[in-house]
Amino acid sequence: MNNTGRLKSSSSELDLDRPNIEDYLPSGSTIQQEPHGKLSLHDLLNISPTLSEAAGAIVDDSFTRCFKSNPPEPWNWNLYLFPLWCFGVVIRYLILFPIRVIGLTLGWIIFLSSFIPVHFLLKGHDKLRRSIERSLVEMMCSFFVASWTGVVKYHGPRPSRRPKQVFVANHTSMIDFIVLEQMTAFAVIMQKHPGWVGLLQSTILESLGCIWFNRAEAKDREIVAKKLRDHVQGADNNPLLIFPEGTCVNNHYTVMFKKGAFELGCTVCPVAIKYNKIFVDAFWNSRKQSFTMHLLQLMTSWAVVCDVWYLEPQSLKPGETPIEFAERVRDIISLRAGLKKVPWDGYLKYSRPSPKHRERKQQSFAELVLRRLEEK
Amino acid sequence: MGTASSMLTQYDIEEVQEHCNNLFSQQEIVSLYQRFCQLDRNAKGFISADEFLSVPEFAMNPLSQRLLKMVDGLNFKDFVAFLSAFSAKANAQQKIELIFKVFDSDRNGKVSFKDILEVLKDLSGSFMSDEQREEALSQVLKEAGYTKDSYLTLDDFIKVLGQSDLKMDVEVPVD
Repeated sequence: MNNTGRLKSSSSELDLDRPNIEDYLPSGSTIQQEPHGKLSLHDLLNISPTLSEAAGAIVDDSFTRCFKSNPPEPWNWNLYLFPLWCFGVVIRYLILFPIRVIGLTLGWIIFLSSFIPVHFLLKGHDKLRRSIERSLVEMMCSFFVASWTGVVKYHGPRPSRRPKQVFVANHTSMIDFIVLEQMTAFAVIMQKHPGWVGLLQSTILESLGCIWFNRAEAKDREIVAKKLRDHVQGADNNPLLIFPEGTCVNNHYTVMFKKGAFELGCTVCPVAIKYNKIFVDAFWNSRKQSFTMHLLQLMTSWAVVCDVWYLEPQSLKPGETPIEFAERVRDIISLRAGLKKVPWDGYLKYSRPSPKHRERKQQSFAELVLRRLEEK
Repeated sequence: MGTASSMLTQYDIEEVQEHCNNLFSQQEIVSLYQRFCQLDRNAKGFISADEFLSVPEFAMNPLSQRLLKMVDGLNFKDFVAFLSAFSAKANAQQKIELIFKVFDSDRNGKVSFKDILEVLKDLSGSFMSDEQREEALSQVLKEAGYTKDSYLTLDDFIKVLGQSDLKMDVEVPVD
């Protein structure tokens, strides 16, 4: 098989965590018409099912759809509305934006001037220090939400701090984290980011017990898994928040949930987040823009409107595998937030599918040919 | 608001339509153009092999490497022409021509025993041995009245594949 020009396939460690795509795909997507009778030349030359599949994937595929940004509907389409829109642009960029920048800067000043002394002076009083740091981070997140005039409706009971529970949410942008954090100081598991976000991650957010990893490093996964297990046992730790999709999806779809969060033996509390695209698309398309640009886009829009639902906690049913459990929770979240489920692993954004999916198709073809060759 | 679709003029669309023998409607061409631009991430005017493979459903296809040789680097017009065989409006002949091209990798207008073996190798991978493939192919060739040394032409393909209904339609989503 010609492997040149392909990215390296996922390593075996990654595969362990990776649910099998074929298990989720609707049957019938492979060559399954099961013709009978003796094998003929026609059967070997008729490659139309495989070709149709390939062309179908080129024309449209559910995976790319998950990561497509959807621009807001233009409404400035006529002569009367257009000046109004221009007026809006002036207000948004020249009045709202500077006010928001000032507000955010003020927030940072207050935050840093209290966080740094608290962090270093209260070294001996861990409990007190942590609770102050917690409220400071919550406050800072409120400043962030205010900087895009976040209109967030929270439904359901506010999360409580107790051991042996993890919160899982669908993931649209890093602002998910900010939106959730302003209500409750969660410890989050996230991809390590470069730049100023990375700096915040490794300094301030570390104090909340957040855990960072690098998607590409298989070794990181073991360390993270261990840290996770330790974290959920501690009674005084901040509740754990995991985005099991592992990547930002455009808030119309959900991709497969990684099973890591579902095999900790904890109660899983689903959180569904749905953004209203009326003013701005909150999906962070990390391929197209940096997080800074994403924030600027949000800060120059009228408002970010979203709904957050804290849903009923779920636990592993007897006889249920972690993957089935993950799918059940994904069902609950998708239903509440009105998202479509697709059978893809979000990490395919960064790597090619492992050859075993192709092998599955080859195997069924080979078996069919060999069986029908025997038939008389 | 400059969206991708507004960049295609009526003339462009008609030109592309002509190029693909009017097998796609204007709306379908607009949709295909949006898709083309989406896959052509750096707006180079063609879709590279790597960009095709970024669609997992395509990368998983057993024939993807073979098809890549046909579609790699196509501009939009040729991209549409390639896909036109999958239009519901395309006739059996057009569909069989495409199948023939997939087999005829050296583009000499005839398909040898070895050419077919190679496609079979893509389709069955490690799940059939070379001997098994050769045996199966020799047997069906013999039954169809050919030998190991005969070359199959497009007409032979039409004779073999033309009798049955080919299910090779792909719907272009139009919104």
